[in-house]
Amino acid sequence: MSSSPSPLHLAVALDGAGWHPAAWREPVARPHDLLTAGYWAGLVTEAERGLLDFVTIEDGLGLQSSSPTGPDGRTDQVRGRLDAVLVASRVAPLTRHIGLVPTVVATHTEPFHLSKAIATLDYVSSGRAGLRVQVSARPNEAAHFGRRTFPPFRIEDYDTPATQELVTELFDEAADYVEVVRRLWDSWEDDAEIRDHATGRFVDRDKLHYIDFEGRHFNVKGPSITPRPPQGQPVVSALAHATVPYRLVARATDIGYVTPHDAAQARAVVAEIRAEQAAAGRQEDTLHVFGDLVVFLDDVPGAAAARRERLDTLAGSPYASDARIFAGTPAQLADLLQELGEAGLSGFRLRPAVAGHDLTAVTRALVPELQRRGAFRRAYEADTLRGLLGLSRPANRYATTA
Amino acid sequence: MSKPLKQIHLAAHFPGVNNTTVWSAPEAGSHIEFSSFAHFARTAERAKFDFLFLAEGLRLREQGGKIYDLDVVGRPDTFTVLAALAAVTEHLGLTGTINSTFNEPYEVARQFASLDHLSGGRAAWNVVTSWDAFTGENFRRGGFLPQEERYSRAKEFLSTANELFDSWRGDEIVADRDTGTFLSDAKAGAFVHEGRHFDIEGQFDVPRSPQGRPVIFQAGDSEEGREFAASSADAIFSRYSTLKEGQAFYTDVKARLARHGRRPEQLLILPAATFVLGDTDAEAEEHAREVRRLQVSGATAIKHLEFVWNRDLSAYDPDGPLPEIDPDLGEHTVSRGRAQVRMYRDPLATAREWRERAAVNNWSIRDLVIETGSRQAFVGSPETVARTIDHFVQADASDGFILVPHITPGGLDAFADTVVPLLQERGVYRTEYEGSTLRDHLGLAHPDAGTPADRVAS
Repeated sequence: MSSSPSPLHLAVALDGAGWHPAAWREPVARPHDLLTAGYWAGLVTEAERGLLDFVTIEDGLGLQSSSPTGPDGRTDQVRGRLDAVLVASRVAPLTRHIGLVPTVVATHTEPFHLSKAIATLDYVSSGRAGLRVQVSARPNEAAHFGRRTFPPFRIEDYDTPATQELVTELFDEAADYVEVVRRLWDSWEDDAEIRDHATGRFVDRDKLHYIDFEGRHFNVKGPSITPRPPQGQPVVSALAHATVPYRLVARATDIGYVTPHDAAQARAVVAEIRAEQAAAGRQEDTLHVFGDLVVFLDDVPGAAAARRERLDTLAGSPYASDARIFAGTPAQLADLLQELGEAGLSGFRLRPAVAGHDLTAVTRALVPELQRRGAFRRAYEADTLRGLLGLSRPANRYATTA
Repeated sequence: MSKPLKQIHLAAHFPGVNNTTVWSAPEAGSHIEFSSFAHFARTAERAKFDFLFLAEGLRLREQGGKIYDLDVVGRPDTFTVLAALAAVTEHLGLTGTINSTFNEPYEVARQFASLDHLSGGRAAWNVVTSWDAFTGENFRRGGFLPQEERYSRAKEFLSTANELFDSWRGDEIVADRDTGTFLSDAKAGAFVHEGRHFDIEGQFDVPRSPQGRPVIFQAGDSEEGREFAASSADAIFSRYSTLKEGQAFYTDVKARLARHGRRPEQLLILPAATFVLGDTDAEAEEHAREVRRLQVSGATAIKHLEFVWNRDLSAYDPDGPLPEIDPDLGEHTVSRGRAQVRMYRDPLATAREWRERAAVNNWSIRDLVIETGSRQAFVGSPETVARTIDHFVQADASDGFILVPHITPGGLDAFADTVVPLLQERGVYRTEYEGSTLRDHLGLAHPDAGTPADRVAS
């Protein structure tokens, strides 16, 4: 397991015009371009300019909503978006180093399709693909598929036994989903394609494997139709706020995104995830725990807080988030990241409040500040996302040792 | 008196996992690496083709209970490759084969609408159906669909997807900074669909894309397939690349359109076509013969005979005569995951006919398989091929062709460099792209154009 607290890893979470609901109203925002390839290419190349490890791209199987439980009918915020895997793939040929991590919803999609999609993203990007797995308990999203129904719930009822049972079931299903996706990535050994002219065989079928997954929610036979991707196993990540999702992070992922609001909380979350990691028998695996932060960044002291206030006024109410909201200077943010890094977080996923402003502040002000402190890379040191994250290329679970 | 010359539509099929693709040639490259797809797409765009076409299969083929290993095995995910190709091309249409059995309309509609946005209006969907439980074993849905319901599901799948594409008008995003109104309509994307196969409702989350709807392709050849195409498709990917068969198919399908309130030009007929070029016709013929021998090895010939016989024929000599034993008419068990086997609807009659043809011509098993299945559609010098393609299109055997090269990724290069300029000289092929969307290239109206009655019936 990696124990070095430095350098830190940095990612940005891309979502529409930015994470603040009024971000689209800023002069720098391009609200009419949010559905164009050029907009996303601009954001991702800016992130690459800042040498960031990767970008995540938010997604969901329904319209964005300010409510975690269903649609809100609002017309004053960005609504409508593109499939995140396809956005990632569209920008892959335009970038060379940065990791591309789209959000995928396990609850309503086919692990077979998703596995080959991310494998293909890995080919298209020459080894820079990952995924961020998410579950959905929203009844309205289930109704888009019509194959299962979820009872309506209120966020206040999150801790009731019925809701907890549903949440546990969805996360267990997501763990199975990731297991299927991972087995399919390994279902071709690296040297399965032989092109043997003498025998006329294109593949050595002894190096293709049925995964024969049988679970409570689905069975999948395999092998994949897509050969093992360049990284072997693209990077799997998940956002987690409580014990049940921490367990998914510990069992199935390479990166967990967590939302501590201070160093003490960070220590506690990291300890809980490490304990789950040990319980899952993965002590030897590198498992990153990244802190999520919403960021308003300005060089002039006080300017970021004033901008936050102005946007809150435009939005009609103060922006609330699961993650800590930081408003300050790049140096202050660097201080905070280093403090949280010492508490056990190995990196951060920053959520730019206004994409057009705060992403640039991350790449052009925060990154140089961290570099001056020796806390962030000065050049890309690897060609793959796994490489940037210090993850070795894993052996294939199905390969028999020679 | 003379009819105006038809403009030819050309497209490129990325070499697939059939024995058409010669993977053993020294110049044959990767079927997976993105560089192959990028090379192929750029060549097609250099040649001003309408679109690139990707096939799909959702389970590795098996024969005799084992994964079939004589052809190319493995391919990337259709949507993901097409989205990346949008980054390395500007005009080329991007057509993907997506199965209506092992997907859900909401997800497929958002993927196609996203691809259409990300490519600036170049997405097309080849709607295929399948029912087999063999493929279903890879999906949480499973192999649930009775064979007779596959078109019923496909039709409802497509009409449901159209309802989702149409759930946004295209003018809802106003993004007025001053008033703080992003959407002019809180109900944008609202839909309710109640049907036999899908019972869904909610709000679609991808606003209307540049083409409104992706261009719709259909490839099935059965009576149901032809009706499905006549009612709902913009183009047919057909397999009739000879003059006579092509004309018969063309006449049949175009005649069906009126019954669906559509005009002949609203459905393009584009057969798949293989080709071999040479400096002279004789040289091309010689090369084509060599290519066929590479496409059909002795082992491949035996496997292809098994598609019809539905028996293990591994004991037979490919250079010897056809089996005297008759095909096994029971459930098809020898070859799985291959649409091809369904072409032989009467295996006994096919076997009888093949034995007769082999006897008359003194063909071995391998000769027979080559002659019945692997003749290239166009063989000759660039002049001959250009003239033949033009003749076929003007004679209403098709509206153009989807070319299937046998080499990845360079198999299109010579065609682009030698045949395309000759077609341009003949005045039957564009010298520059005139529009930006695939609908523009194909001469298809935007779904919102004209009166509501002009909208494709859904």
